[in-house]
Amino acid sequence: MTEKKRGGEGREPLIHLSKRAAIPFWHAWLIRIAAVALGMVACGLVAYLLSDKLQNGKKTLSDFYETFITGSFGSERKLWKFLKDVAVLLCISLALVPAFKMRFWNIGGEGQTLVSVLGAVAVAFYLQDQENIPEWLLLLLMCLGALVSGAIWALIPALFRAKWGTNETLFTLMMNYVATYLVSLMLIVWIPNGQTSLGTLKRGALRSVTEQVINKNDFKDFIVDYIPIILIAIILSALLFIYLRYTKHGYEISVVGESINTARYIGINEKKVIIRTMLLSGMLCGIAGFLIAAGLDQTVNVDSAQGYGFTGIMVAWLGKFNPLIMLLTAGIIQLLDHGAAQISKDFNVRGAFPEVIVGIILFFIIGSEFFINYQVHFRKFRKKTGKEAVQ
Amino acid sequence: MEKELALQMRGITKRFGPVVANHNVDLDVYRGEILAILGENGCGKTTLMNMISGIYYPDEGQIIIGGKEAVIRSPKDAFAHGIGMIHQHFKLVDLFTAAENIVLGLNEKERYSLKSVNSKVAQITERYGFRLDPAKKIYDMSVSEKQTVEIIKVLYREADILILDEPTAVLTPQEITRLFEVLRRMRDDGKSIIIITHKLNEVLEVSDRVTILRRGEHIATVNTADTCEAELTEMMVGKKVSLNIDRTMPVNPVPRLEVKGLNLYNREGIHVLKDITFTANSGEILGIAGIAGSGQRELLEAIYGLQPAESGTILFNDPKKGQPVSLDRTSLLQLKKLAADGALQDADMNPVSFKNMDSKTIRKQVENGNVLYREDEVVNLREKTPLQIRQMGINLSFVPEDRLGMGLIGNMNITDNMMLRSYRSGRAGFLNRRNPKTQAEQIIKELEVATTGTTIPVRRLSGGNVQKVLVGREIACAPKVLMAAYPVRGLDINSSYTIYNLLNRQKEDGVAVIFVGEDLDVLLELCDRIMVINSGAVTGIVDARSATKEEIGLLMTKTEERKEAAQ
Amino acid sequence: MKKLGIGFFLGFLIAGILCMLFDMTSWMGFIVDSLAFGAVFVYGSTGEILTEKAGHLNLGVPGIMCMGGAGGCYVINEAVKSGASPMMIVILGILGALVASMLCGLLYSFITVTLRGNQNVTGLALTIFGVGLSKVIMSLSTVSSELYLGANDGPKMFFRWPFDQPLTFTQLTRFGVMFFLAIAIAMAAGWVLFRTRVGLNLRAVGENPATADAAGINVTRYKYLATCIGSGISGLGGLYYIMDYMQSPEAYKTIEALGWMSVALVIFALWRPPLTIVGSAVFGILFSCSDFISHLEWIQTNMITKYLLQMLPYAVTILVLIITSIKGKKENQPPASLGLSYFREER
Repeated sequence: MTEKKRGGEGREPLIHLSKRAAIPFWHAWLIRIAAVALGMVACGLVAYLLSDKLQNGKKTLSDFYETFITGSFGSERKLWKFLKDVAVLLCISLALVPAFKMRFWNIGGEGQTLVSVLGAVAVAFYLQDQENIPEWLLLLLMCLGALVSGAIWALIPALFRAKWGTNETLFTLMMNYVATYLVSLMLIVWIPNGQTSLGTLKRGALRSVTEQVINKNDFKDFIVDYIPIILIAIILSALLFIYLRYTKHGYEISVVGESINTARYIGINEKKVIIRTMLLSGMLCGIAGFLIAAGLDQTVNVDSAQGYGFTGIMVAWLGKFNPLIMLLTAGIIQLLDHGAAQISKDFNVRGAFPEVIVGIILFFIIGSEFFINYQVHFRKFRKKTGKEAVQ
Repeated sequence: MEKELALQMRGITKRFGPVVANHNVDLDVYRGEILAILGENGCGKTTLMNMISGIYYPDEGQIIIGGKEAVIRSPKDAFAHGIGMIHQHFKLVDLFTAAENIVLGLNEKERYSLKSVNSKVAQITERYGFRLDPAKKIYDMSVSEKQTVEIIKVLYREADILILDEPTAVLTPQEITRLFEVLRRMRDDGKSIIIITHKLNEVLEVSDRVTILRRGEHIATVNTADTCEAELTEMMVGKKVSLNIDRTMPVNPVPRLEVKGLNLYNREGIHVLKDITFTANSGEILGIAGIAGSGQRELLEAIYGLQPAESGTILFNDPKKGQPVSLDRTSLLQLKKLAADGALQDADMNPVSFKNMDSKTIRKQVENGNVLYREDEVVNLREKTPLQIRQMGINLSFVPEDRLGMGLIGNMNITDNMMLRSYRSGRAGFLNRRNPKTQAEQIIKELEVATTGTTIPVRRLSGGNVQKVLVGREIACAPKVLMAAYPVRGLDINSSYTIYNLLNRQKEDGVAVIFVGEDLDVLLELCDRIMVINSGAVTGIVDARSATKEEIGLLMTKTEERKEAAQ
Repeated sequence: MKKLGIGFFLGFLIAGILCMLFDMTSWMGFIVDSLAFGAVFVYGSTGEILTEKAGHLNLGVPGIMCMGGAGGCYVINEAVKSGASPMMIVILGILGALVASMLCGLLYSFITVTLRGNQNVTGLALTIFGVGLSKVIMSLSTVSSELYLGANDGPKMFFRWPFDQPLTFTQLTRFGVMFFLAIAIAMAAGWVLFRTRVGLNLRAVGENPATADAAGINVTRYKYLATCIGSGISGLGGLYYIMDYMQSPEAYKTIEALGWMSVALVIFALWRPPLTIVGSAVFGILFSCSDFISHLEWIQTNMITKYLLQMLPYAVTILVLIITSIKGKKENQPPASLGLSYFREER
């Protein structure tokens, strides 16, 4: 009834939306940058509420923003650590991209990576006492182990999705938890009695190969560890870009993602494409897992994947599933994460402050897409404004 | 003709981005009349009506109802003003029953109970002569039943102004007659009926007045009694057009596709094709007529290889006789076997045998084009996938009903859409975008596709241009059989005729064309023979030159009882 | 299907009573504990069902449940500081959980309904944000939990009402007011969804928003309300888990996994809130069976079987997912417009 009354009074809607036809490239990026800037303001506000150091003036807001930069670039060590973290995150998010392009919502990157780490470590664990296996061969076998285990973990949901259309989002999610318990279980088997953790592996470190290529005296210790990871991540993103855009497989992935009906119409076997692409996805997670196992941790625990499987989804989506743009988005996410971690330390904010910061910025970026896709028209304010205000 | 005004529109303008859908349109609707809004597809009829029913909001102008300016911001406002619209694509929730759909969104005071709804629905059906089971789920209903639900839904809300968007598009002639009776009864009851259509005969049959729109502008409003078909056409199209399709006699037709006893069950296990038998000849257009959803789509998809048939044969007569053999499609081993069977000959009609020849010589001979097929080949296409059919070197072209959902990909550009057919060519794993691009440019030029280039996503093109791209691509691969499902649906007259001409040209080139249509007038003018199907069974094959609309209409509804069983 | 659900529930109750009669305390403890644990999922999935019925797949449930728990704890903490009566503390706590989680729901609906953001990504971002912020909020608590959980006559007693008095059957004290609230909410949600006009309209919004819109339903309002109320219900699950089931503020660390399970349980329950009670009972049993079995004397267990048993709930979820996908029935499928944004003037 109220609607009827209002209908008679002759008011236009206050806000009216319409879909934009197209928007210049730079315009869209301006909107996104503005969104990030607004998000940073909101982060400042939250930090002010949480940090007593900000409230009683021991630190200023300009310190706050500065810390975002120093958190990642403050020292040589921080810079390299930043690059390494970007590389690992990038690897995992790249692994998700082929599946996402196919509209296969694989949120199991976490589990696939974890199982890959487990696979690599398992190979190294069982072969570490075999002195007759050279280091390079051991590394190769570890990589193989990681690839196979990652592929298997991705293949299981893919098979069911292809055969019966089983919801892959929840399937892959559950596989994450199964992976976690699988790791716990294997650790129980492996850890010798009386000890609490697996400890680091005796052999199977990527740096043993790196050291033969570069002169390790020229570089700091951690750089030797990080360089191969960073290089591999960059190469992977270039390769994946080419794969998706210029190969027949990549084209098939796009067609299946855009329309299953069209895929069938032109004779693409969509089941084959789903399985093949998920195998690729799993193997890319395998590479990430191998890098974590052989290049960094030299061990496995339930947190080996560091939640990057989930953050990777954000990186991929923000990067529009374009491996080259994802270089940038992975950087932004890590910049925020490192900066916020530094802030927790310097500004005395307890709890999981980095996650809050990343969350806030993500909300702003997701929201900004609206202003790229839609145009907002406000009601033209006519002379009647005063009268309307009364109503 | 002094009647009470029900609704007025004054100076209505609506833009979608740069596109002006309606420009400065005026419209009067009186009580107790049937007003037809006539115009070509894309002239802004539906947009205009959507502004009365609250789907869109006009950029300029005013709507006056009962003498007062009204602001209709949502369908709810429209209901409050007594306006109800029956959309072309029914707005029903498939999972709900008819009764649930009818009361959806109502704010009645009484407690929600299906019993009282049912009795109220019964009152309405009695008054206007509908037939409806309120407890039936929408997904179990035929199109005409769904339309009935939509109309009752509007009447249940006590609407005085009913807008029907292309209500006859999916109905049989008999159902249309019944609908028009109901509409007249409602008019006599004092309601205003607005019917959107582009079919002239219906306008003349049912309406009191006609408003003609062209390119979003109001051209004229005339009394139906004072006008004629030619005048209306001229106002609608803007220039005098001849409505004749240039139909030639088929030149030596030979059977190209023989379908025998084809049976098909869909995923839900429903028997959708029943013992279908027919022959499609080369150089002939075979029309397929039937109520929407009678199995037309399934039939074409079964031939094309998308749906596995239960039984029957789909024989394709490959006109290979006298054609050179190619090593792209046949392996050397297969060729040797063919030669041993005596299936190959040379240019002088002498049999070819590859005995005592090494592979190199054979290859050379084949590449020189000296080896020809001796006979046509007959292949059973059943249980073959589209890819297998293509790999056998058989070019079946198929323009599916769902253009952007099956034939093309809306988000991809024209070049990439061309590639859908050809991306497998080339040996390496990489794509070749150069040839598809040339092809795209050629189609844009030849079929006069209005676009800014080959890089624009297909979904941004207008309906007619989308269809030109699709048909152009399907014709470009030199098909032996061309199947088109509703290829002119939603197209304006000029684009429609471009498509008819393309089909005719294919026919003259000896292609067997299968045309699924909904407009019987077009079917009768375009096709050589018309096959009528009803609920998955062939009810008759008639000569299009001598058949009448009524005859086909009867065939479309023949054996009603079988239809019930099927659904 | 619904009769089956009620049958299951009654079966559990009867089993419980039988256990009491025959003094099989360990078995009864197991059943009661499983049911009590399952209530967490009842909250989580009932809330998610309401949201999904409006066409929104909210993957932010884990974050929302964390925020519900943290918000409730924060309010309880403040209430204890100001010396409110135990009953007041419990009521305020529940309100706090509702407000905190509904704010999350509001944020989610603003981004996905008004700004038409991608639902999957928004949900995941909300989970990251909610889990993080709940940790921050929990770290703000300054009062020792002993104050409100330790004393037997404190708020704890009111969480356990009406079984707060030591009874003959001590196991029953596992059930408290929030447990029964969960059952009531699930039944009420089922009634609203399938027996009322509002429910009809809401289901229409989730199935086909354009149709609902054309029928005069305010789609935006329904989406907002369903999402916010749903989030509120999910959030209560977080509070229940911390304050009632675990009785330890440290428990907030394990809520996230429970949130994901709640999302999965929606499929198990075929989008019918009353069925979540059955599903939750099954999940509860699966979760606690590894502990229970390892305490049985006549079964030899080691650490390996323990971890295998802990995988069980997830493996069973996968199994259910597969089975429901194989036996597809129209009425048991997700709402048709799930995950899609609605814009009226879409052309």
